[in-house]
Amino acid sequence: MAQIDLRRKLSILADAAKYDASCASSGTSKRDSLGGKGVGSTEGMGICHAYTPDGRCVSLLKILLTNFCIYDCAYCINRASSNVPRARFSVDEVVELTLNFYKRNYIEGLFLSSGIIRSGDYTMEQLVLVAKKLRTEHDFRGYIHLKLIPEADPKLVEEAGLYADRLSANIELPRDEALKRLAPQKDVGVIKKAMGQVRLAVEAAKPEKRDRIKPPKFAPAGQSTQLIVGADGAPDTEIMDRSASLYGGYGLRRVYYSAFSPIPDSSSALPLAKPPLMREHRLYQADWLMRFYGFSAPEIGEAATDGMLDLAIDPKLAWALNRREQFPVDVNTAPREMLLRVPGLGVKSVDRIVSVRRWRTLRLEDIARLCRGIDKVRPFITTLDWTPGGLTDAADLRARIAPDPAPVQMSLF
Amino acid sequence: MHVGALAGETDFEGWRQSARAFRLAGVPPERAAFRVGAGGDGLFDESLPPPSPDAAPFTVPKAFVDLAQEVILHRSEDRFDLMYRLLWRLEAEPDLMKIVTDADVADALERTKNVSRASHKMKAFVRFRQIEEDTGERWIAWFEPAHRVVEKTAPFFARRFSTMHWSILTPDGSAFWDAETLTFGPPATRDMAPTEDEIEEFWKTYYASTFNPARLKTKTMQGEMPRRYWKNLPEASLIPELVAQSTVRTEAMVAAPAPEPNARLAKTLSRMNRDQSFEKGFVPSTLQELDQAVQACRRCPLWRDATQGVCGEGPKKARLMIVGEQPGDQEDLAGHPFVGPAGKVLDVALDEAGIDRDDVFVTNAVKHFKHEPRGKRRIHKTPAVSEVSACRWWLDAERRLVKPKLIVTLGATAALGVLGRKVAVTQERGHGIDLADGAKALLTVHPSYLLRIPEAAAKAAERERFTLDLKRAKTLL
Repeated sequence: MAQIDLRRKLSILADAAKYDASCASSGTSKRDSLGGKGVGSTEGMGICHAYTPDGRCVSLLKILLTNFCIYDCAYCINRASSNVPRARFSVDEVVELTLNFYKRNYIEGLFLSSGIIRSGDYTMEQLVLVAKKLRTEHDFRGYIHLKLIPEADPKLVEEAGLYADRLSANIELPRDEALKRLAPQKDVGVIKKAMGQVRLAVEAAKPEKRDRIKPPKFAPAGQSTQLIVGADGAPDTEIMDRSASLYGGYGLRRVYYSAFSPIPDSSSALPLAKPPLMREHRLYQADWLMRFYGFSAPEIGEAATDGMLDLAIDPKLAWALNRREQFPVDVNTAPREMLLRVPGLGVKSVDRIVSVRRWRTLRLEDIARLCRGIDKVRPFITTLDWTPGGLTDAADLRARIAPDPAPVQMSLF
Repeated sequence: MHVGALAGETDFEGWRQSARAFRLAGVPPERAAFRVGAGGDGLFDESLPPPSPDAAPFTVPKAFVDLAQEVILHRSEDRFDLMYRLLWRLEAEPDLMKIVTDADVADALERTKNVSRASHKMKAFVRFRQIEEDTGERWIAWFEPAHRVVEKTAPFFARRFSTMHWSILTPDGSAFWDAETLTFGPPATRDMAPTEDEIEEFWKTYYASTFNPARLKTKTMQGEMPRRYWKNLPEASLIPELVAQSTVRTEAMVAAPAPEPNARLAKTLSRMNRDQSFEKGFVPSTLQELDQAVQACRRCPLWRDATQGVCGEGPKKARLMIVGEQPGDQEDLAGHPFVGPAGKVLDVALDEAGIDRDDVFVTNAVKHFKHEPRGKRRIHKTPAVSEVSACRWWLDAERRLVKPKLIVTLGATAALGVLGRKVAVTQERGHGIDLADGAKALLTVHPSYLLRIPEAAAKAAERERFTLDLKRAKTLL
């Protein structure tokens, strides 16, 4: 094959990697480069160094080592049957590019994935090699996210965890049956086994109090996965159940939802339409409700129609409108868990309410200062100087809060 | 009007001294003012009013000092007045800083939020350019922060780029790092920074390629990367063109006819030889085959949320088989039976009964982990009769292959799986029951039951009974 120039390679292999939504660079161990031979730091909070016009952040250099692939997953731009141009980086090229970008403060680190070439083991070995070189030869202390090749030898996964902050394996399709149809060579069992192995290794690396010598760090930023939304006909409730099961089973830090997006040279097995971005947004909101607001997947699902979340209003508001007997809530006395269920109040607002009400009995204007918009909150709370009266149960409450007509859910199947 | 003179826009120490003097002199906020550069040559000491005779020295909460040090970095003109108003009010309202709903406190908090956001954006949007000097490579950035956050943020760059010699030049002042010490200098101008860097072309290539034209969300982009920063971001020059082309590119993708599959595929597929899945009429003839086949089992829905099917383990021709309920959280991840807490209890009891675990074939009535997600954990759920029945197919296959003389069942589910009927374990516990295939069964409780007994004495007694059952099992072998 003719040698193609590095910029062309970068263009092909960044384009090939962009359908993976994960961009997090947060939540890993704190470290910096003082006293070291190289560069790099991670201080807890992730940093987004740029935003592209699709509204997604650029935090990591997100590329594939190669987009050659022996698998033929219908939803993937890199599937074997696709006619996209192919390229392959050498290990050193990726290392150099990462350091060059990092030193100019373009990125927080590297997110390296790859098409499967030769075998799962060989591919994983190459990914690990990049991370190993960055860490050991260049003393790079920035963030590294490595994609797990699920069928790779567990020993390689173990090694990957020593160098990487985060590991991830993508489930991609919420329905296992669909995975079989659209990605015949992928095996959901193998993916889950790999995630199980990562959870056990992460837990084993947590030092016990009595440990005098700490075990070596293993993927301190944990693991994540991605589900594609709108490619296999799975309704939102099924996706949320899937997420709940993944969070509980493998201690995932994040489940990413990626609206299925048309790709160049795409397979006829898939719907071609604009990606359902609003649906993706609602699923992220539902995900947040499960992780930070104490909601369970079935509770959020209560307000769904035919398994689909309301696109016009957020899932917490939809739940509250459906469960009005729980409201109004007295902001001056209600427990934190109940305040978290009030539409329009976020975790930060709730924590501020809980702390300030020890000093002062709250009025409506106080709440207005603590949240983004009081209109959505007002029907669901009472304060020293406010009670919603019949408003909470008003038949047209939904129309008053969210007057826009509901957009029609895009149908893909 | 009393005027406090400050040496610079972020002269916190100067503001503190004046504000302190004002409050001791009883100067109310509406009669106090602060000016940058006014006086500054000894004059301002004289302009400070003398403390009033009944003034007592005072302290302020640390929360106020922390807040004021951030607020002073805000570009607003009236920030000094806001800070003094808070200081003044603290005398009568010592808990003021805790009242985050107070208009002044909320205002100050809002400004610190702006300042911390400006600092965060500085960490994100500074772009170094590399130049070669005789003394080595240098990294220089020109940056225009939204608020006066250079000194606040510079240590971050020192920690991150500790081995590089870098300068960050801004209109407010500059920061320098020589791989050892951080120093600050006067305001700079754009022409003092280099105008290009060859790697920028690669960065722009990356930026353009990582953009997905099918999902245009320019508002989100502008919210997070405000226009005010664009002129110093090399990649931002691409934005108008990327936006303009996106619709055309997306429509072309949607309209394109389904392509002919790549010719390489057929060859690739023939190379692929994936594991055979479980099919009707298949009977495993070895334990290994059985272990592979169970992974494809869809006889009941439990496979869906489990990681893997967990088959039995032990000698191929063990005389004793122990059957538990189902794999737990740990077993599900590890793929081996009885490695979790209940397994530990079983190990101890076997040891006490004089049975070598290596001689025992241990397995479960149900091969997949039934559970319910509860936040970050999975809560065990007892398998339904239908699930136990569905899974008997696998347990029977294990029994056929291992041909044990005795099967010890742990708990009701295991007894159901082995006997095929519902059993009250407490009633039929501890004696041999004849099975159709010539083996005997002995029923006892599940070790996880022992783990759940809260009271120590009862727990010890039950453990002893459990061990006794296992000892009896040994006599039946």
